[in-house]
Amino acid sequence: MNYLFDPAHWSGADGIPTLIGEHLLYSLIALAVAAIIAVPLGIYIGVTGKGVFMIAGLANALRALPSVGLLILLVLLISPAFPSRMGYVLPSLIVLVLLAVPPILTNTYAGVRAVDAAAVDAAKGMGFRTMKILTDVQLPCSLPLVLSGIRSALLQIISTATIAAYISLGGLGRLLIDGKAQNDYSQMVAGAILVALLALFFDQLLAFITRRVVSPGLTRRTIKPVPAAEPVKTPVTV
Amino acid sequence: MNFEWLGRQFDNIVFLLGWHVLLAVTPLILGLLIALPLGWWAHRSRRIYPLLVGVAGLLYTVPSLALFVLLPLVLGTKILDPLNIVAALTVYTVALLVRVVADALDSVPEDTVQAAKAMGYRGYQSLVKVELPVGVPVICAGLRVAAVSNVSLVSVAALLGIPQLGSLFTQGFQLRFYTPIIAGIVLCVVLAMILDGLIILLNRWLTPWTPKVVAS
Repeated sequence: MNYLFDPAHWSGADGIPTLIGEHLLYSLIALAVAAIIAVPLGIYIGVTGKGVFMIAGLANALRALPSVGLLILLVLLISPAFPSRMGYVLPSLIVLVLLAVPPILTNTYAGVRAVDAAAVDAAKGMGFRTMKILTDVQLPCSLPLVLSGIRSALLQIISTATIAAYISLGGLGRLLIDGKAQNDYSQMVAGAILVALLALFFDQLLAFITRRVVSPGLTRRTIKPVPAAEPVKTPVTV
Repeated sequence: MNFEWLGRQFDNIVFLLGWHVLLAVTPLILGLLIALPLGWWAHRSRRIYPLLVGVAGLLYTVPSLALFVLLPLVLGTKILDPLNIVAALTVYTVALLVRVVADALDSVPEDTVQAAKAMGYRGYQSLVKVELPVGVPVICAGLRVAAVSNVSLVSVAALLGIPQLGSLFTQGFQLRFYTPIIAGIVLCVVLAMILDGLIILLNRWLTPWTPKVVAS
């Protein structure tokens, strides 16, 4: 606990606020890239039904891949091509995106699939065009599952970004890896507590956002049970 | 790939594989044994369910490396003790399975429970001989997820210097050498697939009444 409450560790280029900032920066960039890839793709597969076979296989295969091994392999492959720090940042970001895509993709797909067919038919009957059905009916209805996918993806990213400190990425993982190297257990504990708090905070934040943005008509399940909208379980595997 | 190196390191790799299996499978069994009564409790009490599932969700958000480091504070173990890894993965397994077991028991049709009662099964007999067996497919689906993610999570412990297949990754990084890294990844994936397959077989063996073509 000493490390955490020493004011000297709360300022400067390797101070705790800087590390938290770095951790968040990498995490949010990776999440944004993953969402830009996975949400449209998930919608496309959900609406057209093309490429469904990819979904289950992809999610399971990536869960089995050890992220530490993947990370180190990519660093060795990519870093010689980049002389600067990019050689470490880029492979880490690729791995973070790679691990974040499956939960968002599978949940978006499941979300679009679970939209009540009657609601889509009703919209069609009211003269909505395909695009308008998508933006005004299918997307709002699948929002809870899409957000739940983004939530597990963010947890996965925050967790893996910690490990990336081993291949000299910045962020809170530095405290764990440097603490280990210096045999400084209090520094490691400080890092572990901060990472855990960061993950808990963002998990709760996303839960809160989900409650705010999801249409109340969808969550009032006592009135009309929405057909089996089970979130696809994608636990943090790191 | 340097196969000559692999040949020379064969004994060491088998040793690491053995530890990996031990560190991944022990928490799976312990986790299931703890999750069964907890899940049953959540199934029985509507007030306990949100509480247990909520706590499980919170535990699941803690990143593994952080949990590996924090557990010695709770258990009083050394940071290099493999027991920390077993305890941490047991926590994750329980967190995942509590909800699965509760949902599995919830999924047993009320008619089935009534029929068992009418045939004279008492409370615990009905649970052990009727409700749990009917819930086996759901529990096995949860076990498969836990098994596969455990295999991947164990390798994170290499960053703390605990020997298992993940040690091949750190070794390869230090030597700038691809062979151990690729061997480690392949072995991890194969191990995950074998455990996954064993649970599928276990599921079929425990539920002989289901049709042969089971959608996995």
